[in-house]
Amino acid sequence: MKLKLKVWRQKNGDTPGKMVDYIADDVSPDMSFLEMLDVVNEGLESKGDEPIAFDHDCREGICGMCSLVIDGQAHGPLGGVTACQLHMRSFKDGDEVTIEPFRAGAFPVIKDLVVNRGALDKIVAAGGYISVNTGGAPDGNAIPVSKTEADLSMDAAACIGCGACVAACPNASAMLFVGAQISKYKHLPQGRVERHTRARNMIAEMDAQGFGGCTNHRECEAVCPKEIPVRVIAEAYREYARASVGGKPVPAAKK
Amino acid sequence: MKLDSKIPSGPIEKKWDNHRFEVKLVNPANKRKFRVIVVGSGLAGASAAATLSELGYVVDCFAFQDSPRRAHSIAAQGGINAAKNYQNDGDSIYRLFYDTVKGGDFRSREANVYRLAQVSVNIIDQCVAQGVPFAREYGGTLANRSFGGAQVSRTFYARGQTGQQLLLGAYSALEKQIAKGAVRMHSRHEMLELVTVDGHARGIVTRDLTNGKIEPWAADAVILATGGYSPVFFLSTNATGCNVTATWRAYKKGAAFANPCYTQIHPTCIPVQGDHQSKLTLMSESLRNDGRIWVPKKAGDTRPPNQIPPDERDYYLERKYPSFGNLSPRDISSRAAKQVCDEGRGVGPTGQGVYLDFADAIKRLGEGVVRDRYGNLFQMYEQITGENPYQVPMRIFPAPHYTMGGLWVDYNLMSTIPGLHVLGEANFSDHGANRLGASALMQGLADGYFVIPYTIGHYLASAKQPAVTTDHPEFKRATEAVTSKINRLLSVKGKRTITSFHRELGRLLWDKCGMARNEKGLKEALARIPELRNEFWENVSVTGENEELNQALERAGRVADFLEFGELLVQDALEREESCGGHFREEYQTEDGEAVRNDEKFAHVAAWEYQGPDKAPIRHKEELEFENVHLATRSYK
Repeated sequence: MKLKLKVWRQKNGDTPGKMVDYIADDVSPDMSFLEMLDVVNEGLESKGDEPIAFDHDCREGICGMCSLVIDGQAHGPLGGVTACQLHMRSFKDGDEVTIEPFRAGAFPVIKDLVVNRGALDKIVAAGGYISVNTGGAPDGNAIPVSKTEADLSMDAAACIGCGACVAACPNASAMLFVGAQISKYKHLPQGRVERHTRARNMIAEMDAQGFGGCTNHRECEAVCPKEIPVRVIAEAYREYARASVGGKPVPAAKK
Repeated sequence: MKLDSKIPSGPIEKKWDNHRFEVKLVNPANKRKFRVIVVGSGLAGASAAATLSELGYVVDCFAFQDSPRRAHSIAAQGGINAAKNYQNDGDSIYRLFYDTVKGGDFRSREANVYRLAQVSVNIIDQCVAQGVPFAREYGGTLANRSFGGAQVSRTFYARGQTGQQLLLGAYSALEKQIAKGAVRMHSRHEMLELVTVDGHARGIVTRDLTNGKIEPWAADAVILATGGYSPVFFLSTNATGCNVTATWRAYKKGAAFANPCYTQIHPTCIPVQGDHQSKLTLMSESLRNDGRIWVPKKAGDTRPPNQIPPDERDYYLERKYPSFGNLSPRDISSRAAKQVCDEGRGVGPTGQGVYLDFADAIKRLGEGVVRDRYGNLFQMYEQITGENPYQVPMRIFPAPHYTMGGLWVDYNLMSTIPGLHVLGEANFSDHGANRLGASALMQGLADGYFVIPYTIGHYLASAKQPAVTTDHPEFKRATEAVTSKINRLLSVKGKRTITSFHRELGRLLWDKCGMARNEKGLKEALARIPELRNEFWENVSVTGENEELNQALERAGRVADFLEFGELLVQDALEREESCGGHFREEYQTEDGEAVRNDEKFAHVAAWEYQGPDKAPIRHKEELEFENVHLATRSYK
């Protein structure tokens, strides 16, 4: 099949970008969306033109590197998959497809479809961990965790940190991402020791990085390729409230 | 070059304890005076960077992805082995050690493997403490499952995303240290050169992938944890960015490259669908716990699978290897799949596939249980193939997945360049000629959390090298070499795309040096690779410029290195005149197609020493001694 692509091209963060038209010929339904872009790029390169820059790595939906807004939806039209797992059988001959980067103030464009998502790492550095050093851990079975709680933790821990939630949110909020980190630890006894500092510091860092707040649009849940439920946001706010009323005052993480 | 493995003396179960006592220590107050560079942020790199900085060393960590969490360890699905014996089914450190040495077809170093089995139990404890949400039993204890090449259940897992969860554990530890300022993280930085001063590894040169800035970094020791080289085959289960560049540049600076021909072809991947394909997707080996592998008995049988009655199916793994059946090790399962496809009994549109059938498991356990165990894998399969594996059997075929070969390291994980340490898949040490399932995660974390923190201290305390900065002429020289190579790539301005070279190299290696190899094919590959390499440097089209994000340039540099490395891989395969593990030479097999090792001539590690651009490398040997696990023909029958 043949598709008409409208792709965001932007030389770098300092230069304005624009949509550019391309034709994707000989597209097979078995191709992944990124393989379709590979073919377009190989065509550009063989003419000496610069290929379209886009982030990708594992191409099996787990590294979180791919970050395309396809026809206005982060990761494209299918629910529960990343752009790299989207296959061309989801499109038909003659379709016009627009491809844009994940847009948010906190995700500045580096080039074309590639954005800088370093702000998400900064949020994790503010408290997305348990402060144990290597060595001296008790036997794994010394900390029993009920299957239900372990499963709830794992549901949240499945977050791949792609940032689709941010791209989809009208406020560019990262609350689904932050909620997933907080919820993962909330359901584990190991995580409860630092629950107050974690909730406060991570949410404060999210604000500091320029992400918006959550106003319950639930667009994040709709596009999340790992189908992280919005309950993690509720849990994160509950942890935050608990830290505000019940928790002892805690200093912010030292830089 | 002299290969000194530095294996400690004493009985095998005491070696690591003795060694830990004998190694020199760095005083806590002095640790902050040492800077360590860690290249790579996967399981091995992130765990090493976090742990070393916890100890007090000053750490710089580099990753080519945009975040340390995206390293390819994240894609490991099935699980991590540990000799916990929580299942009371007869496991022990010695059994894990024995299984790993045997599984590696007696081509690994006993002392390293024993240490790996010993620290495996600490890894689980550490990961639980970090909050890794491992699968649990209803009583709250940790759950296990079984994996290929073992008859006990020792694999810990987190659904089908064990690698992700373990990496997020290591990444969270790393972020904790980054927040403290103890680790400086450099994302989107690719290492392009190793810098040695007076024979010691003292730094690296990187390219900032966002703006092309070439920068030197100095340190007291360098750790490479840069993963494997499967994408030399173009199509593999690895991420598209995985590459040999860091280890290859170290090789060209004097680090011996060991056993490059030991490549693992994973038996359960989704078959190739067309020429456009950019990667192959693994279906976790854990599926073989419940799935049954079969092909039609008759060649050329094109009936849909559900119309082939049971007595016309050949469950060939169960037939040939009754005691391990569908859980036979990877090398054996892959070769068996190739055999039935060569006999014309392969399935699917290309005939390059076998069935992995869950019908019996669904009947026995119910669809709910199967969904609970493998739901995400089934979903991934359906996404890629458009077929529903709950209703029709999966089609699978082997694909390049892991590379046991890598830079040679001694017991301290130090390469032949003093100060250059190599961890995880990037080194050669623990898996011999074939890696068992769920052992890669174990090795990456063992190296990073529990081995290098001891052994690097010994190096730093005894090396006593003068302080250097990036003003040293060696840094200037290395920076210039990197710049001139980049300029050379950009100035070819040829007609052929980078990917077409990569694809041609990959196909050549897969055909001549893949699941089965022979002298004639290997010699053909050896003749073709230099031609292809010359054509690359005369006719490759690398667009854009250096001073920007330039993915074409990144790829070109990696493919240029694969075009050199591929030759060494083939040469190593040619010299090893035996079949062992992932290295199967057609000349050396039994009548029924089983591998025939030659222990008299080849019970050694082949470590290659670079001699210069147009000179043949020298093949050194490290003889392997088996004092505990006696050399025997490996049988899973």
